[in-house]
Amino acid sequence: MDQQELRRLENQCIQEEPPWCSAACPLHIDVRAFVGQMARGDWAESLKTLRRTMPLPNILGRICDAPCEERCKRSEAGEAIRIGALERACVGQDADPQKLLLLPAKGKRIAIVGSGLSSLTTAWDCLRKGYGVCAFEPGKRPAEHLADRYAGLLPWRIIEEETAFLVKLGMEVELNAAMGEPDFLDRCLTTFEAVYLGLDSLSAGSWRLEEDSSGNIRVEPRTQRTSREAVFAGGLPHSGRISPVWQAAEGRFAANSIDRYIQKVSLTAGREKEGPISTRLFTSMEGVVPLPAVNPADPVTGYTDEEALHEARRCLQCQCLECVKVCVYLERFGGYPKKYTREIYNNESIVMGSHQANKLVNSCSLCGLCEVVCPEDFAMQDLCLQARQSMVRRGKMPPSAHEFALQDMAFSLSDRFTLARHEPGLTASARAFFPGCQLCGSAPDKVVSVYKHLRSALTGGMGLILGCCAAPAHWAGCQEQFADKLEGIKGQWRSLGEPRLIMACSTCLRIFKDHAPEIPVISLWTVLDEIGGPIPHYKFSEPVAIHDPCTTRSEPDIQSSVRRILARLSIPIEELALGGEKTECCGFGGLQQNAAPEVAREVVHRRAQRSERDYLTYCAMCRDSLASADKRALHLLDLLFPDPGVSDPAARERPGWSQRQERRGLLKDRLLKELWSEEPMKKEEHQKITLQIAPEVRTILEERHILEEDLQKVIYHAEMNDEKFYHQETGRFKAAFKPSNVTFWVEYGQATEGFVIYNAYSHRMEAAVS
Amino acid sequence: MNKEKTQGEESNWRCRRCHLDLVVGPVSVAYMGSRFTTDLPHCPSCGMVFVSEEVALGKMADVERILEDK
Repeated sequence: MDQQELRRLENQCIQEEPPWCSAACPLHIDVRAFVGQMARGDWAESLKTLRRTMPLPNILGRICDAPCEERCKRSEAGEAIRIGALERACVGQDADPQKLLLLPAKGKRIAIVGSGLSSLTTAWDCLRKGYGVCAFEPGKRPAEHLADRYAGLLPWRIIEEETAFLVKLGMEVELNAAMGEPDFLDRCLTTFEAVYLGLDSLSAGSWRLEEDSSGNIRVEPRTQRTSREAVFAGGLPHSGRISPVWQAAEGRFAANSIDRYIQKVSLTAGREKEGPISTRLFTSMEGVVPLPAVNPADPVTGYTDEEALHEARRCLQCQCLECVKVCVYLERFGGYPKKYTREIYNNESIVMGSHQANKLVNSCSLCGLCEVVCPEDFAMQDLCLQARQSMVRRGKMPPSAHEFALQDMAFSLSDRFTLARHEPGLTASARAFFPGCQLCGSAPDKVVSVYKHLRSALTGGMGLILGCCAAPAHWAGCQEQFADKLEGIKGQWRSLGEPRLIMACSTCLRIFKDHAPEIPVISLWTVLDEIGGPIPHYKFSEPVAIHDPCTTRSEPDIQSSVRRILARLSIPIEELALGGEKTECCGFGGLQQNAAPEVAREVVHRRAQRSERDYLTYCAMCRDSLASADKRALHLLDLLFPDPGVSDPAARERPGWSQRQERRGLLKDRLLKELWSEEPMKKEEHQKITLQIAPEVRTILEERHILEEDLQKVIYHAEMNDEKFYHQETGRFKAAFKPSNVTFWVEYGQATEGFVIYNAYSHRMEAAVS
Repeated sequence: MNKEKTQGEESNWRCRRCHLDLVVGPVSVAYMGSRFTTDLPHCPSCGMVFVSEEVALGKMADVERILEDK
């Protein structure tokens, strides 16, 4: 990822886009934070938020005309939040005296003419920026017209306090200023670096500046410059009406321009974000209950504390988080894609130090739900996969992240499982069944039944290919290994004369479609929908809830086929809210279960709780993952090819990793023997060792990713070489062996037949006496 | 080099081949191209190192993680 790509991706995530209120505010007050703090009853914080951005908050906070309310999202469900009234309630409270941090004095002075809100704002901002300020007021008291105009809202005391505050900060005031004289501006510019004319309080004078058709001084919007250099102006009515917040905003724009003018930099560059802006934020209104605004019991005094609290609590606190709402993984890392993009970029860029986002990169299930729900189609899965590929290329992928899954894949691609044969007795295959590794590891009997059914229903030769689609290598970011393994599968396919493959696993299907498009594939469910399958008789009174595998997200036809098959079986169904295109991963995808088992556990538990009903799915891995969360779950093949010996297939336990490998090996042996009359593979010596493993030990092995065959290898090595430790009290042995990258330790004892396993653990570090 | 007797549970394990009690002393450990020395129990004769469950899943796992993320 380069800087340009980083910016593009960061920009695609809209979570940090401003909410409508602050985007509409000409001063960009952080209205969402302000109202949020009020809703929590944190008045001191809410006042701090106003003071952070708002000039003269004690004045403006009382008279702000709140154009933000017009764009408030709440108005789509009830009425807009009364933000102006909340501001009044906030600044009306007793509070600590305000402070304003000033930059070091620049030794330059600005003349502010008039003492309306725009002039006072320019003074406020210029003082902050370190300029000397002198205010020229034609009347006897500054800001007097504000007191007249907003008599009910703005007590004279407040105006006095606020102008006194400016004086305290260094503002000089010249009252009864004789600004009617034609050379007033000339004289100002001999003493001051720049002049601001506050047109909100000045009566038309003879300024000798260009005017527009209506006789007002011509002022360029945003820069607030007039026809004369160093003279700026603002404060005229906005869109035909007097707007205090616009007066303040123009005073602020002018102060910016004056600063730029004095510093001799562009008056216009990079100012697009000043004033009201558009926003790309999305906020879902789903489930938002309409609520009317709270009306103050006394409209004159405004909201009481209680009323303000209730009004503030109606605020939606607009944000997007559409993806985070539906994804345990995105939620768990405490951020959102924009933040994650930066973290992943930094993770890739650092040379020394800890790669803190490795876990973030490796925990995504790559299921793609974020992209579907994102208003801007942000694809976290692409970002994570590319980051993984980059880590592997640079040798920075933690070996422990995916190794177990890659070794499981290696097993499924070894001759202990792989097989490619034409239909028994035939020498050509128009089609071949590709059940995939997980169905074979989970329900090998079903593979036998389906293959039999396909052979009888379709002519032209129905070959069989046992193997693995190499998805684990793809998910792990191992591009070279993935390409290499895929080549091997293509070899199997070519050896059968390039038949069309009938896929039982939607992951395999997607992998072939995306990465080996020359292989023609069709889903088993489409085939069974078209050719018709067995129709066993059921009495299903309760509907089953359909869990679509995440790899069918973009396969609506397959999802429809499954529903038609269920209809044919007269099985009533319930659709999950997050189903079809918006289905969720079971926690197996993207090797989440390997790199972040704790995330995967939460993913599948949350998924399992979406409905009380039994789930029906058509991916062996999904079914078994759900079963691991104690969810009753059926595979579609449980219904199509029921096993009379299994009375309650939904309650089947998830087979462990060792069992899955064993079942794959046994399935190959069985098929070879039953269909092609061939002898099974010879066992290696260590495989002949019998193990006795208690269920609680089995659970430990499963969690620690230790296979029974690993134990067999350790014991075989220990017994052959007498390399083991002996416990003097229990008589047990403990031995270690490192078949490849991991050292396995086994605590075991001799049994009448074979060995009893008491415990096992592993480490990757090598230890030897130096 | 200091070689001490093993303590607690570990003191019950003996090297089966050499029939000797284990001693605790410097052992070289290596991972991801990093190598350092730490004290671990081992057989004083053949040098076979004993890694307890506590060490493997505790300290060793922590260091493995740190080195993997380096």
